[in-house]
Amino acid sequence: MRLLPALALLLPPLMAASLMTGASSVDILRAGGDPQALLVLMESRLPRTLAVVLTGAALAVAGVVIQSLVRNRFVGPETAGTAEGAALGLLLVAILWPASPVWLRMAAASLCAMATTALFLAIIRRLPVREVMLVPIAGLVLSGVLGSVVTFIGWQTDLLQYVNAWVMAGDFSGVLAGRYELLWVAGAAAALAWFAADRFAILGLGDQVATGLGLSGRAVMRLGLVVVAVVTSMVVTTVGMIPFVGLVVPNLVSRVMGDNLRASLPVVALSGAALVLACDILGRLVRHPYELPVGLVLGVIGAGLFLWILHRRPANGQARGQAHG
Amino acid sequence: MDRRAGLVLAGLTGLLLALSGLWLFQGLGTGNRGFILELRAVKLGGLVTVAASVSVATVLFQTVSANRVLTPSIMGFDALYVLLQTLLVAGLGVAGFAALPTGTKFAAEVALMTLLACLLFGLLLGRGARDIPRTILTGVILGVMFRAMSEFVARILDPNEFAVVQGASFASFSRVDAALLPFAAALTLAGIAVALALAARLDVLALGRDPAVSLGLRFDGMVIGVLALVAVLVSVSTALVGPVTFFGLIVAGMAHGVMRSARHAALLPAAALIAANILVGGQLLFERAMGQAATLSVVVEFAGGLFFLYLLLKGRIR
Amino acid sequence: MIQITGVSHRIGTAPILHDITAAMPAGRLTALIGPNGAGKSTLLRLIGRLEPCQAGRIEVDGLDVGRTPTERLALKLAILGQQTHIASRLRLRELVGFGRWPHHRGRPGPADQAAVEAALDAFGLAGIAGRFLDEVSGGQRQRAHIAMSFAQATDWLLLDEPLNNLDMAHARALMARLRGLVRDGGRSAVMVVHEINYAAAWADHIIAMKDGRIAAEGPPEAVLTEAVLSGLYDTPVSIGSHLGRPLVLHHA
Repeated sequence: MRLLPALALLLPPLMAASLMTGASSVDILRAGGDPQALLVLMESRLPRTLAVVLTGAALAVAGVVIQSLVRNRFVGPETAGTAEGAALGLLLVAILWPASPVWLRMAAASLCAMATTALFLAIIRRLPVREVMLVPIAGLVLSGVLGSVVTFIGWQTDLLQYVNAWVMAGDFSGVLAGRYELLWVAGAAAALAWFAADRFAILGLGDQVATGLGLSGRAVMRLGLVVVAVVTSMVVTTVGMIPFVGLVVPNLVSRVMGDNLRASLPVVALSGAALVLACDILGRLVRHPYELPVGLVLGVIGAGLFLWILHRRPANGQARGQAHG
Repeated sequence: MDRRAGLVLAGLTGLLLALSGLWLFQGLGTGNRGFILELRAVKLGGLVTVAASVSVATVLFQTVSANRVLTPSIMGFDALYVLLQTLLVAGLGVAGFAALPTGTKFAAEVALMTLLACLLFGLLLGRGARDIPRTILTGVILGVMFRAMSEFVARILDPNEFAVVQGASFASFSRVDAALLPFAAALTLAGIAVALALAARLDVLALGRDPAVSLGLRFDGMVIGVLALVAVLVSVSTALVGPVTFFGLIVAGMAHGVMRSARHAALLPAAALIAANILVGGQLLFERAMGQAATLSVVVEFAGGLFFLYLLLKGRIR
Repeated sequence: MIQITGVSHRIGTAPILHDITAAMPAGRLTALIGPNGAGKSTLLRLIGRLEPCQAGRIEVDGLDVGRTPTERLALKLAILGQQTHIASRLRLRELVGFGRWPHHRGRPGPADQAAVEAALDAFGLAGIAGRFLDEVSGGQRQRAHIAMSFAQATDWLLLDEPLNNLDMAHARALMARLRGLVRDGGRSAVMVVHEINYAAAWADHIIAMKDGRIAAEGPPEAVLTEAVLSGLYDTPVSIGSHLGRPLVLHHA
């Protein structure tokens, strides 16, 4: 199956559908003659569609990166403490320097996200190697603990409203021209990952292999941390948490294409974009003219997909049947 | 039960009585004593009920899953309850649901919850028993899914209402539904009585499937029965104060440590008493001494989360 | 007598046992031997109702295993599986004490306590009975589990590879004790054993299995022959003799 062309063909109709779906009906072909429709299209629908595509692609790529960093398929940027780290950074800046410029906030979010992700990596290094499932559990609990810290600080400082916008289910309904452009930074970080694809693929094989091939595991690790932290921070700041994309999409693509990242990363990016876009459109249609946040739609669909992945593939090559003899 | 266990239990009971007295009568003042006393008594009842239900549910769940780092809530029990609640509202309509008497509503929720939890987690524990971490991960993700589903349904029901997220953030030990308390307390008492009656069998169950079957325990029936008990107790605590994820973990760990015995006849009361002491003492400290009524649950959950990570790193998950 | 009639079993889609019919005589020590994956453990687990019987019929002294209440069976047979990991923190004495549970159902009397002490003594555990399971060696833990099955005081004792983790002296002591129970105590035992010479030295009756079928059945001198064993393990072996019992040799 040729995935890349198939996805490249699937995405434009989805994007067109996204341009046409919303509270007010807009015909994209005739919008040129209707200033009102053109306004909606250029100021709201187009930015929104681009934001969704960028988010989906970048998160899926970040998922591949973190999975090769921790060498575990059941981890994603949302289960590694990254998003909560970003929220913590934003919160600290908001408290310490309320009038700070955007770039400073972003830098703080990214740095904090890197710190918490590094903490996660340090924790799982101490777990028994063979226990594949402990890694995501540790990540989920760490995320939960960090999230409770963030919520608590936000609540004590009357900033809970902002905090909720970051850590609650992600939502694209607020995206307008001028309010989503940070996501291009996320897209750029994901593109950076593609240039280093071979390095991540080799790192995924293990430290010894990497060293044997003359690769510095630490340098690749740092690069990966930057990619994951920047992507997640930008997404969290702009639209909130989008669960399961970084977790599920790399698994599905790897099942079909294997793990040659140079070839599979573009497919991962397109699949992520298509998945989030489809879910966003679904969220706009289910209760038209109201909207459901895409984070909720993905919370249900993504969790279902993840459970399927979890139970289809025998964990760590262990046979399901019991020993007999 | 040996002498030491008896002494520890007596000590814990005495401490709880002292703390309860302090809770009721500290700084009572002169005006409107009856009213304040009643208010405090309701809150005390709520705290003790929640403590008992969470701790006993956790000990039971750890026994049935043969695992010392799990709580029912980590595995998605409370999320299932919130989902059921939402679905009931969806089925009966907001107005129709509100019109039902508290007792009926609660009874329906608990009954449904028990049925579903037995089905779901019976299947999960039965199937995944040989790969415990995978079972846990499945439970955790199911919990995430249930939470997303409840919010999903809630939003479809009432798209303008944004504050429907009951299951999202923290439990609050300071807001107890007084109308619900009598039913909740009665169910908790009944649940604990059943658990104590089964204590000897629980000891055998804790040996694991093969030895328990060899000793003539009806293992599968026992697992389902214990899961039903857990479901009832989790329903009680979730309905009263909201989701309590890690508190039970600390309490069960302390109970095992303090009693130095695997006998459920001693473990269950010890866990319940320890939990009640922590909640009543903690609430006393935070609410009266520090003026922070809602802080306790956050602190307790945070400490519990750290404890979980500690257990994980110590390799205690198996 | 244990009578197995037409028993077949699958795990998932994999067939494990094919239409097995066999008998294990009462008052004898029966050894189940055969290569890995032959279905020995599965057969033992079916007899001990650790797995439900899918097809066929198993009777222990006339009790249909599929229909007799499990409490009743616990007084007739004790089974020790290979998986002996226990999550709860127990002292050795407490673990062995559970062997009496089918008799007292939670209310141990003085007779039960005496039986526990006797079992601890019998397996050399009296000195460490107060220690926790996770504080003793693998062999001591294994002996504690065997002592628990022993304390259950049933007519039948089913053991799945009980010699795991045991050193030569304790393995020998266990076999001697088992044979004593059978010869003098009027009990019967069935064990899965990997080291074939333990079967050769101590068993009264041997059932050889391969690929889910019975390959041979009978007294040691009838089953432990060069022809049967070479075919059973697809490996050339020769049979010697030691103190009047067969001795299986497979060096080079």
